[in-house]
Amino acid sequence: MIEVENVHKSFGDNHVLKGISAKFKPGETSLIIGKSGAGKSVLLKCMVGLFGIDEGQITYSDRPIGEMDDDQKRDLRTEMGMLFQGNALFDSMTVEENVKFPLDMFTDKSEAEKLDRVNFCLSRVKLENVNDLLPSEISGGMQKRVGIARAIVLNPKYLFCDEPNSGLDPQTSMVIDDLIKEITNEYNITTVINTHDMNSVTSIGEYVLFLHNGHKNWEGDRTQIFETNSEEVTEFIFASEFLKQVRKQYKA
Amino acid sequence: MKISTTFGAMKFLDDFGEYILMLRNMAAKPEKFSMYWKEFIRQINQIGVGSLVIVSIVSVFIGAVTAVQFGYQIQATNMPIPMSFLGYVVRESMILELAPTISCLLLAGKVGSNISTELGTMRNSEQIDALEIMGVNTTAYLVGPKIFGGVFIIPFLVIISAALGIMGGWLAGALSGLITSPEYLDGLTRTFGTYGTFVMLIKALIFAFLITSISCFQGYYVKGGSIAIGNASTRAVVNSSIAILLSDYIIAAVLL
Repeated sequence: MIEVENVHKSFGDNHVLKGISAKFKPGETSLIIGKSGAGKSVLLKCMVGLFGIDEGQITYSDRPIGEMDDDQKRDLRTEMGMLFQGNALFDSMTVEENVKFPLDMFTDKSEAEKLDRVNFCLSRVKLENVNDLLPSEISGGMQKRVGIARAIVLNPKYLFCDEPNSGLDPQTSMVIDDLIKEITNEYNITTVINTHDMNSVTSIGEYVLFLHNGHKNWEGDRTQIFETNSEEVTEFIFASEFLKQVRKQYKA
Repeated sequence: MKISTTFGAMKFLDDFGEYILMLRNMAAKPEKFSMYWKEFIRQINQIGVGSLVIVSIVSVFIGAVTAVQFGYQIQATNMPIPMSFLGYVVRESMILELAPTISCLLLAGKVGSNISTELGTMRNSEQIDALEIMGVNTTAYLVGPKIFGGVFIIPFLVIISAALGIMGGWLAGALSGLITSPEYLDGLTRTFGTYGTFVMLIKALIFAFLITSISCFQGYYVKGGSIAIGNASTRAVVNSSIAILLSDYIIAAVLL
């Protein structure tokens, strides 16, 4: 479990996170949603340790990240996997080398064992016969899946996804969402996803945290979000004219 | 004017502090030595083998031009200077100054821009963040092998450059009829000491460190998009070149 308690973060005079608290449970897909500039990415980067926090505490299974030295933080990071918005695949390496990289760096497995694990992870994300291709030679959806395969190759306890559906068509987005949810449930991973995508919220949002202007505005699950009284959440969900019309007709 | 000077000085000190921190963070225990070794070998190949052709071409021509121009000066003056002196001058010029300085200025352009662009692109496309999240010490893994690789291989390039420059001088002198081969060899072998070679290697080591570390610094801390990467690449080349020329003077003043 990841516990975030009263986290504040500023960049100069810009107070981005204003006392955020939340609990992200294992085996559950947790989504952080909100408008652009609400602080979603900053919260995610604070959680993974790319940004330090000014106040508050972030705890990984009762281990406060603020009390860890550099070596302990590095050990904790080997328990994390992250899927980046732009995939962040190593462009000079093949798909196989990308997925194998964490195994090469952090394990003493034999080459055959590493290749078995790589092939297992690639088949788990439904990718076959792409081992020798470069990231630039495969589609955006396939790159996301390679990113997921790389993120899970070391059996992480915590999986972070930054806008996993950005740049993907709706159908591919659903495939990626389903894949993340399946993997989360199957391996009991604590998964935190930062997204704008309402399809993701309605299909995989077991815990949803809504941020507004750096504050926690609302939290709940995907069934509760349509019943909320929060104006900001409603405005966010029904942002498009089409959904506003649907809502009007539904209410009528 | 005063404010901008103060701001400039503070920016320099700020950058210099960050540069020192980068070098300090590089001195960490590798997560896995074999991966660092693989990266070290890749850098030797990229910096050394990748620059061999251009360094060789430039060195042969520099040696040739030095020989032709000095030969012209010997002929133009009425002083009794033997033509064999040409071999001596080309040798000393190549070893003491031209091979280390010109080769390293060339490498500052080729290797420096390559390193800063590679790291800048990795930063921009979140590849460095991805390594950090995995638990890799990115300064040690990405910067360390580049600096160690450069410091290891660039002195060899400088030695090759000196040898090819001397050969270029001999070729130009012999082909143009300025000097005979025995005369050139006579001058080349006269009063040869090892101290000049020692100074050349000291220069090569220091210049290699400056090129690789300054370029890594510019690329690793890049902030922004493609324009920022381009600017970082330019700064890597300009700053490395200035650092080379400044340290060239200091080394000459101290060691000669």
